[in-house]
Amino acid sequence: MPGGIMDKLSDPQFILEHNILTVLLRRGLAYSTQLGEIVMLIRKSAVAIFRRPLDLALIVRQMEEVGYNSIPVVLITSLFTGMVFALNSYEGFHRFGAESLTGTVVGLAITRELAPVLTSLMVAGRAASAMAAEIGTMKVTEQIDALHTLATDPVKYLVVPRVLAGLVMVPILTAAADFVGIIGGYLVSVKLLGANPYVYVNATKSFIENWDIIGGLIKAAVFGFLLGIVGCYKGLTTEGGAEGVGKSTTGAVVIASMCVLIADFFLTKILLD
Amino acid sequence: MSSNGALIRIEGLHKSFGPKKVLSGLELDIERGETMVVIGGSGTGKSVLLKHIIGLLKPDGGEVYVDGEAVSALDEKGLNRLRRRFGMLFQGAALFDSMNVEENVGFALTRHSMMSTAEIAERVAGCLEMVGMPGIQKLHPSELSGGMRKRVGLARAIALQPEIILYDEPTTGLDPIMADVINNLIVEMQERLKVTSIAITHDMVSAYKIADRIAMLYQGKIIETGTPDEIRNTSNRVVEQFIKGDSSGYQQGDSR
Repeated sequence: MPGGIMDKLSDPQFILEHNILTVLLRRGLAYSTQLGEIVMLIRKSAVAIFRRPLDLALIVRQMEEVGYNSIPVVLITSLFTGMVFALNSYEGFHRFGAESLTGTVVGLAITRELAPVLTSLMVAGRAASAMAAEIGTMKVTEQIDALHTLATDPVKYLVVPRVLAGLVMVPILTAAADFVGIIGGYLVSVKLLGANPYVYVNATKSFIENWDIIGGLIKAAVFGFLLGIVGCYKGLTTEGGAEGVGKSTTGAVVIASMCVLIADFFLTKILLD
Repeated sequence: MSSNGALIRIEGLHKSFGPKKVLSGLELDIERGETMVVIGGSGTGKSVLLKHIIGLLKPDGGEVYVDGEAVSALDEKGLNRLRRRFGMLFQGAALFDSMNVEENVGFALTRHSMMSTAEIAERVAGCLEMVGMPGIQKLHPSELSGGMRKRVGLARAIALQPEIILYDEPTTGLDPIMADVINNLIVEMQERLKVTSIAITHDMVSAYKIADRIAMLYQGKIIETGTPDEIRNTSNRVVEQFIKGDSSGYQQGDSR
């Protein structure tokens, strides 16, 4: 077949298959297929959670992997986010003499938005990628088939513990991130910028309601669930050896992060209403 | 052969992956207690056939019957019940690399039996002994050679005392001596455990050694079935070419 670009461009079949509209449509179709498969996986996992046996040891192991091992990353991220947020907002409020609001703004931003989202993004980078890599490797080396032949449902054995771990551990990490982020804001405001510690603490305490914190934790639970599902989904659908595992791992982080950010908007809207 | 009908009956099996037709009306009966070896070139659908028998793939048409039960009609629960009657040895052994040998071999026992930890340990030791690998319970799959992995994979496959064992290319990737060890094990399993076995391979040495009957898969169908002697003296040109390993002649369109 002649491969020249002019030959191709005069071939109606080629134009039909490669114009931007077709390509976009095909992409869209592929994404909606994936979305449908993810929904199916959620449904299967929901059923599998209640089927015996309960794999407590597996769940604990994943909690350690997703939760405990993410503590340093999450705390450092949150500490510095609180610090830089205080730095910026103090500077901004200083322009019209409202420095006393810094504590409130830092607290609200951390608990409602920054702690849940940044924690989930860090866990997506750490844990969702690891899930995709581990399950993907099992897929391409026939270990998933082996599970089937040993009469074990991979959704029950692999997906459920990871999703539960995300659902439970991401809110706990977020609670820790709330605390450390607010401490970071306090340290910068009071020790570095010389704000009045009493005013700062009061501004934080009296204007932040329980619901701000709880709403943030609810969001974190949904994000944790989503990144677990996406990590497992990318793992289970891995094809094509080592290269495929690499692609799944990258894909898991990208899709999990996007899911977190998109879901964040809708959840915030719902929680505000 | 036994007169009470085939244990596994494959009727008109069709399977395509996208535009590629892999199985097109495959028919094969496997009698209780025999070792059936399916031979055929790479990419002719031997693994696909095996995966249909144990319900890992669903056919586009046709059916696999195990003991009269249609495999593709089973739900997840029925499949799991059926799969406990099977043991499968994968080509790369497919050991779980997050677990040691003991946990691998005892996996199904831990999950599906009421046996105590001590009983499981005893069964695992027995299975490892049977495959000639005693005392390696605490090793991890990464510490094992290819031949050792296959033997541990076989120990895992027999742990639930299955009636049917499936072998996916049992000797591929092994040196001739290790291949012979595996062949002997397969024959021994057959004699000691009275199991029905289905093996797929392109290794004719192995096929002649372990088979009661051999079936040749070509272009999505079984084109000939017979005892090793009948296959050796076949009059079918395609089969003759395959068993002699002659690269000139009939099966050209087959290699990719």
